[in-house]
Amino acid sequence: MNQSAPDPAPVLALKGVSKSFGAVRALQDVSLQLFPGEAHALAGENGAGKSTLIKALAGVHRPDSGEVLLDGEPVVFHGPADARDAGIAVIYQEPTLFPDLSIAENIFMGRQPRRALGRIDRKAVHATTAGLMRRLGVDLSPDRPARGLSIADQQIVEIAKALSFDARVLIMDEPTAALTGSETARLFSVVQTLRAEGAAVLFISHRLDEIFELCQRVTTLRDGRWISSEPLEELTEDDLVRRMVGRDLDDLYPKQEAEVGEVALSVHRLTREGVFRDVSFDVRRGEIVALAGLVGAGRTEVAQAVFGVDRADAGEVKVGGTVLRPGSPTAAMAAGLALVPEDRRQRGLVMDLSIERNIGLTGLDEVRKRGLVSRALEHDRAADWAVRLQLKYNRLADSVGVLSGGNQQKVVLAKWLATGPAVLIVDEPTRGIDVGTKAEVHRLLSSLAADGLAVLMISSDLPEVIGMADRVLVMHEGRLVAEIPRASATEESVMAAATGRNERAAA
Amino acid sequence: MTTTIESPPDTAKAPQRSASSLVDAVFRAREISIAGALVLLILGTYLANPLFLSDQGVKDLLLNASILVLLAVGQSAVVITRNIDLSVGSVVGLSAFACGKFVAGTDHGVLTVMLLGIAIGVVCGLVSGALVSFGRVPALVVTLGMLYIIQGIDYWWAQGEQISASDVPDAVLGLGSGSLLGVPYLPLISLVLLAATAYFLRSYRSGRELYAIGSSPEAARLAGIPIRRRVLAAYAFSGAVAGFAGALWLARFGTVVADNAHGWELTVVSAVVVGGVAITGGTGTVWGAALGALLLTTIGSVLVVLKVDSFWQGAITGALLLLAISVDRIVNLRMTAALRKRSARHDHGA
Amino acid sequence: MTTAPDTKTAPASRASLVRSLALRWDTAVGVLLVAVLVVGLGSTDGFGSSENLAFAFNDIAEVAIIALPMTLLVVAGQVDLSVASMLGLGSALTGALWEAGWAFETIVPVVLLVGVAGGLLNGWLVTRVGLPSLAVTIGTLALYRGLASVALGSDAVTDFPQTYADWAVDTTTVPGTFLTYPVLLFIVLAAVTAVVLHATGLGRSLFAIGAQEEAAYFAGIRVKRIKLLLFVVTGLFSAFAGVIFTLRYGSARADNGLGFEMLVIASVLLGGIDFDGGKGTLFGAVAGVLLIGVLKNLLTLNDIANEVQVIVTGLLLVASVLTPRVIATVVERRHRRAANTPAPQST
Repeated sequence: MNQSAPDPAPVLALKGVSKSFGAVRALQDVSLQLFPGEAHALAGENGAGKSTLIKALAGVHRPDSGEVLLDGEPVVFHGPADARDAGIAVIYQEPTLFPDLSIAENIFMGRQPRRALGRIDRKAVHATTAGLMRRLGVDLSPDRPARGLSIADQQIVEIAKALSFDARVLIMDEPTAALTGSETARLFSVVQTLRAEGAAVLFISHRLDEIFELCQRVTTLRDGRWISSEPLEELTEDDLVRRMVGRDLDDLYPKQEAEVGEVALSVHRLTREGVFRDVSFDVRRGEIVALAGLVGAGRTEVAQAVFGVDRADAGEVKVGGTVLRPGSPTAAMAAGLALVPEDRRQRGLVMDLSIERNIGLTGLDEVRKRGLVSRALEHDRAADWAVRLQLKYNRLADSVGVLSGGNQQKVVLAKWLATGPAVLIVDEPTRGIDVGTKAEVHRLLSSLAADGLAVLMISSDLPEVIGMADRVLVMHEGRLVAEIPRASATEESVMAAATGRNERAAA
Repeated sequence: MTTTIESPPDTAKAPQRSASSLVDAVFRAREISIAGALVLLILGTYLANPLFLSDQGVKDLLLNASILVLLAVGQSAVVITRNIDLSVGSVVGLSAFACGKFVAGTDHGVLTVMLLGIAIGVVCGLVSGALVSFGRVPALVVTLGMLYIIQGIDYWWAQGEQISASDVPDAVLGLGSGSLLGVPYLPLISLVLLAATAYFLRSYRSGRELYAIGSSPEAARLAGIPIRRRVLAAYAFSGAVAGFAGALWLARFGTVVADNAHGWELTVVSAVVVGGVAITGGTGTVWGAALGALLLTTIGSVLVVLKVDSFWQGAITGALLLLAISVDRIVNLRMTAALRKRSARHDHGA
Repeated sequence: MTTAPDTKTAPASRASLVRSLALRWDTAVGVLLVAVLVVGLGSTDGFGSSENLAFAFNDIAEVAIIALPMTLLVVAGQVDLSVASMLGLGSALTGALWEAGWAFETIVPVVLLVGVAGGLLNGWLVTRVGLPSLAVTIGTLALYRGLASVALGSDAVTDFPQTYADWAVDTTTVPGTFLTYPVLLFIVLAAVTAVVLHATGLGRSLFAIGAQEEAAYFAGIRVKRIKLLLFVVTGLFSAFAGVIFTLRYGSARADNGLGFEMLVIASVLLGGIDFDGGKGTLFGAVAGVLLIGVLKNLLTLNDIANEVQVIVTGLLLVASVLTPRVIATVVERRHRRAANTPAPQST
């Protein structure tokens, strides 16, 4: 790898920045320096504060204290436009485009080239966009609406946007999470070009190999605090993991041995056209089965089809031997299925409702007395589970919105465990929650499995997959491509299957 | 892996290109299909009764449509931002009466009256817009409240009084009855405003930003668009147009009472929605909205010409609106599904 | 850096403060209602007479009855603008069928069935076709009013027998009270609706759907079925309100209740039901309806013009959404200032 010594003047820097959201201290006294021509990695676990840091740089959040320095001068970004005008481009993990507008308009919104009288120069917009697409090596029509673009293509649009205003700083939040191998290679070559032209790049990825491949320096965050900033040359992957986790991995993944019983969930040839196809697997009582793969591989979609919130085009789902009526979450719940969804804020919880009402929502028939909902029963049910999961809260009548991410996740778990499920599907169970709660969730899942629950765990967190699962199923581009037993599951073997590396070698 | 990665070869994405032109076609189709329906309707009626397309018939049709077209243009600007303005009917009423009161028995010029109407409309629009954008309260509720307030002020002021045509200066009435090369002024005014608005929404940054706000408020925020200012401006525009329409109402009919255009707000919203401006914002053009207004007006005229009971008009309007939005929605769903399967096939083929 | 021990609880108490202030809007409307009643009794002769009270409440019976299912719809994040048109259709059908010589006992169930059918159409378009309820019901607003015109034209049917009309007019009251039968019916329905909204699983589901439909669906709540049911009930109540209206005025016309949809929605929102869904109490909605009714009566008795009543309605409506928002903003500001001052950077 080619590393030049960083230019002594940082183009963008954070100095002693802190930011809190209610009770959650997302960032505490964090500093960071980005130099021109440097690709800088930002490492840390889920919930370490990486996203908040990015949003502080992007002008989305204003720090509670501390400074943002641009070319050494303190600046205050009053909004994303200020950051953009300062030459900072951000590519979020989930791009935010205008679905109704064309690709060209998405790229130039708010700063279209103009002709006389302030009119938009549509030809220039179109031509420049076409040029950007050529430069990026993709064949997307500038006039195509953004609606329906794949995540990879949406990211291309975001990168084109950054290119279009010659960004001096390019910030990328897990840009490769949803990309295939060739798409990632394409992205990296673009980034290298930008870097060679003197741009500073801040790169976030959960894949350590990518960090080592692309970047020269790394800053590590843990629990919202700055841990280290150092050249990557001097680090090994293990060093980096130790800085990120800050404790022994064994603590974090307290996997108990459990007796594996009969098949609890059986999925047979499940297909949803254009999303996933021909997916078959079993989950037995006492087992934790991980469903691994890249973002966009179709894992969440499989879980949703199994639970019935999405309709499958073909195939069947059996719980305890009985075939589920497709497309009916109610039937799935009655059969003993429970789904803890990935998107906690949109799908897992009703944020405006209280803790007790959220927990009561899955058992409206059980908290009844003489046909009417009994507040006492509802409260008891919630209080019972709050104690069992060691929920930290003020009053059960408080809205769940005031809880920290980890405690919100506990509420979602409580809401589903209260239904007494036979099969628990958890989608990214520890995303965005602090390390302490993460270990608690793992301990909980492990002990539930030991008690005979069948657990299907979707996770993008490879150490979690390796640490918790009895078996790992791997999906790639809508297909189940590998089943790896605990003994032979390593980050490398899972990643190889998830990126379809076997396929690519053959191609 | 090596660092010297060649620019990857262009992956053939032919299916996407054809899918995109398909999508384009569907988006354009909305205006085209309404225009088509309009032509068929006019043609069919003409065949049944040639008088429908007599000079006078056409003139009446255009005159009847012009005020609704104006209001539809103003309303579109608001609806595109994912908001709604229910107060327009009341604003027309207030403006028409105020202008009438102002000119009655005087010889004020046309321009003064029009400016007065616009000024009244702007004030109403700014109040609604400020409440929606800076007060962050739901548009429907606020503009419903404004509907009542403006209507109440109007009635209270009028006290049942009527301004009759004989009080209105001839110059003002001339604007409503006169014509240029045989085409009445009113439709010409509507057309000019329509074309100007369409051009603005298409070719100016702030115009495009209205679409951006309606399409994704979150993305608009990240793109640094001044959302509140733009929404406020959209309401001010809608108000101005409604106030202007009130002044034109006076010029057209001469006789005004307080409850002119009472209940028009829903007709205007119907026209806009029939014309393909999604109530959820972000899509549609003012041309479509104007066509929607023209279509609704034409149906009314056609029923008269064909001697169909005028009682059917409301039912047909409603059914048409439901049909338009349902077809639009179903086509959209099909398109999305087709795109999903198409891109899937493409991915699996790679 | 030190962590103050109370930072954990501060945001929670702030949120609950904001919430209780927002929730208190329905109480505020209740208090306002009582205040208006008291002022009315003290200042206006004849306001407290049982004849006047019977008249005042009977006068808003239809709006009040329709406001009940409307409350449920708005809590679930939906709206139905076609209610007044359905009232008109119910009235027109009653007239047309009566003129055609049908027995009144047959007419009522037929009208109710039409109400159910209208509600089904609204609900079907919203839940199956997936259209926004606002757009759908603007369409059916025109459609149902149009069908009313088709059924009865511009005629008025007035020759209803006194025996039926007596049931609805304000001169007939439940013995010993000032309650008319339509108002009594409203009270019974309001009690049932309150129980449904606040003490059943269905009610809990409505709040969840209104606050976050996707989360409700992921919790196994049958979102579509429930929404469909709400539209059907709204159609049913609206059609029945059409029958009451017809009998009360002794006149069936296609344009009966024109514009009532706005009044119904205004009442519901005035009572603090959040138009974005997920928040509100039935008590608030009922207080909102009664407040509008009582104010109207009081202003009329004091010879204050109808126009002023309209302005007052509009102002109340704007205030009902703006006040809680302003209070929340002020509280938040104050909290932020309080949070910022004692935390100077020590590092």
